[in-house]
Amino acid sequence: MKTIIKGGTVINGYGANEKADILVDNGKVEAIEKTIESNDALIIDANGKYVLPGFVDMHTHLRQPGFEEKETIKTGTHAAVAGGYTTVACMPNTNPVIDNEVVVEYIKSIAKRDGYSKVIPIGSMTKGMMGEEISEMAKLKDAGIVALSDDGHPIMNAGLMKRIMIYGSMYDLLMITHCEDKMLSGEGVMNNGLISTMIGLRGIPHEAEEVMIARNIILAKSTGARLHIAHVSTKDSVELIRRAKADGVNVTAEVTPHNLCLTEDIVDGFDTNTKAYPPLRTKEDVDALIDGLKDGTIDVIATDHAPHTKDDKKVPYEIAAFGISGIEIAFSVIYTYLVKNGLITLEDLVSFMSINPAKLLKTSYGIKVGNAADITVVDTNKEYTVNVDNFKSKGKNSPFNGKRLTGVVEYTLVDGKIIYKNNGKFEECNV
Amino acid sequence: MIKKDVLGIRDMSKEDLIEILNTAKEMKKIIEGEKISDILKGKTIITIFFEPSTRTRLSFEMAAKYLGAHFGNIETKTSSVIKGESLIDTVRTVERMKADVIITRHNMSGAPHLMAKYLNASIINAGDGLNEHPTQALLDLMTIGEKKESFKGLKVVIIGDIVHSRVARSNMWGLLKLGAEVRLAGPATLLPKTFEKLGVKVYYDINKAINGVDVVMGLRIQLERQKSGLFPSKDEFARYFGITSERMRLAKKDAILMHPGPINRNVEILSEAANSGYSVIEEQVTNGVAVRMALLKLLCERRRNNENNY
Repeated sequence: MKTIIKGGTVINGYGANEKADILVDNGKVEAIEKTIESNDALIIDANGKYVLPGFVDMHTHLRQPGFEEKETIKTGTHAAVAGGYTTVACMPNTNPVIDNEVVVEYIKSIAKRDGYSKVIPIGSMTKGMMGEEISEMAKLKDAGIVALSDDGHPIMNAGLMKRIMIYGSMYDLLMITHCEDKMLSGEGVMNNGLISTMIGLRGIPHEAEEVMIARNIILAKSTGARLHIAHVSTKDSVELIRRAKADGVNVTAEVTPHNLCLTEDIVDGFDTNTKAYPPLRTKEDVDALIDGLKDGTIDVIATDHAPHTKDDKKVPYEIAAFGISGIEIAFSVIYTYLVKNGLITLEDLVSFMSINPAKLLKTSYGIKVGNAADITVVDTNKEYTVNVDNFKSKGKNSPFNGKRLTGVVEYTLVDGKIIYKNNGKFEECNV
Repeated sequence: MIKKDVLGIRDMSKEDLIEILNTAKEMKKIIEGEKISDILKGKTIITIFFEPSTRTRLSFEMAAKYLGAHFGNIETKTSSVIKGESLIDTVRTVERMKADVIITRHNMSGAPHLMAKYLNASIINAGDGLNEHPTQALLDLMTIGEKKESFKGLKVVIIGDIVHSRVARSNMWGLLKLGAEVRLAGPATLLPKTFEKLGVKVYYDINKAINGVDVVMGLRIQLERQKSGLFPSKDEFARYFGITSERMRLAKKDAILMHPGPINRNVEILSEAANSGYSVIEEQVTNGVAVRMALLKLLCERRRNNENNY
């Protein structure tokens, strides 16, 4: 089916930011011109709207297999396209863990059957994410992974981490590391600082993250591995990465929307929806993270979409699950807090949420003739109030519930098909 | 007018504190007199403790009984709630037995706040994790109030494992609200400098901390903190942070010595000091019943006034 996206302002990821029509056919971008007319095409009226390359999330928890009560590939990718994401990379902390080609094949087949967005599995660095033996990285690579991570289980053994980097680099795999020295974070459940002191919750000190980032940078420097720091959250972490980049280390970094926009202050009151790893930090950290985005130290905004059930969160803060469900509002959050406030431009947003993660995951990027038509149309004039009950995700755990946000995803096209439309009607689609 | 739940001193106003302390004075007359009243006639008070306690729980029980309430108690085996999964279910069951006030202690900070969110009954926090122990602070404030003219400018030092102490936090909030000067003293591993941002002074030298104060408050030290590497030994703690008679002489002449009990004798307080004329530790216990009676009275009055809302 031919489709024309008409009259929108196209930010293509290659520098263009101007009004244009886009012709989509056979799942690909066929033409981008000032005006395109056709009698037999479906017209998407994008007048007054922005047409962007579909967002790419390199840090999503789809929970399937093993934790289907929290999320499934179907609900998670449904949430993704509702948030304008056309590709998500899913973390391996499933059960079984994504540590062998069978699980990769399983996820790919479920994604093909149920998925709304494209799904790229991330393989684990060690078998069962146990931090002991390295996983079958070559087989995993052939099955379709492009990155490795032990997700929330940082590899405390530096020697093992080094071997993972050396072995995985043979296959050019991206090393996504959750940086946390478990000895320093201890039993902490929130940022260590003023609020933790006030309300008597155990704190996770910022050094827990920084010590591990420093170690991994040193190991990446000596091994030449492609190191990617997941969810950076502290001021000094940004500085460590900034210096490593200046030093020529092959390192990239991501930050989550909640770490960019919220601070530890909202933990006062014990709302378990504010509990995440890394924890919400301070205003000083938030400012440093934004500076890190602006000067290129941080490359990517990744959601760390971590859906949990209500029961997982309806317990005392100490034992509540870590994580925030956020993929379907990530665009609006970033637009509202950063773009609208003049801290970054909409083009920057496209780089952080689509172009840069796509490059790291080695998929095609931007809106270009010949590329897959993975396109998101947004209206930056519309506002809405977040209501978690309307989330497509099973995870209703969001500290943004009730917040007024600007910027609405109107259409999401995956391989040229309208897979999400903001009026609540969906065309079912197989990727 | 106090709030529906008593979750902590931090979210109370100065006026709330004064109202509670004044009511407690009246209640003390009941304890010292007939020991019976019908103020809570027809009301149901239930204690649910998820953490072992004998004294605090009994103090609440006596408070409820002196005021003529129905009283019940659940002791929940920690094993069944260790993951907290049944917390809301447990307290809802109790509420269905028509509890008006539920008094709870839990080893996790914020647990009473969670219960309050899901219950119509009033919750009294009898200690939550490291966060607050409001009735302990109220009884401490009452005891200080009986011994001292005014809180304004009063110098109070709290000594020991501050970071893990809900008693220290609640007292700190209460004392600051009433205009006292609060000093905290203890080893740096148990007392981060961050406390200074809350308007108190932090001391690592106990002699300097005690110097010239009106009130010295010791805290119970959990000996298992030693295993976590937070302090090296009982002996070293006692020598450098123990409250001795000699150190008490650095305080004002009429200074008082307090402790929430039970005391690790010869660790945080040397026996000679605990038994000395400075000590008001036993008086604290009686006042504990009085402030708990005051809270029950005020909460039930509030509930009567707001009946239509429930």
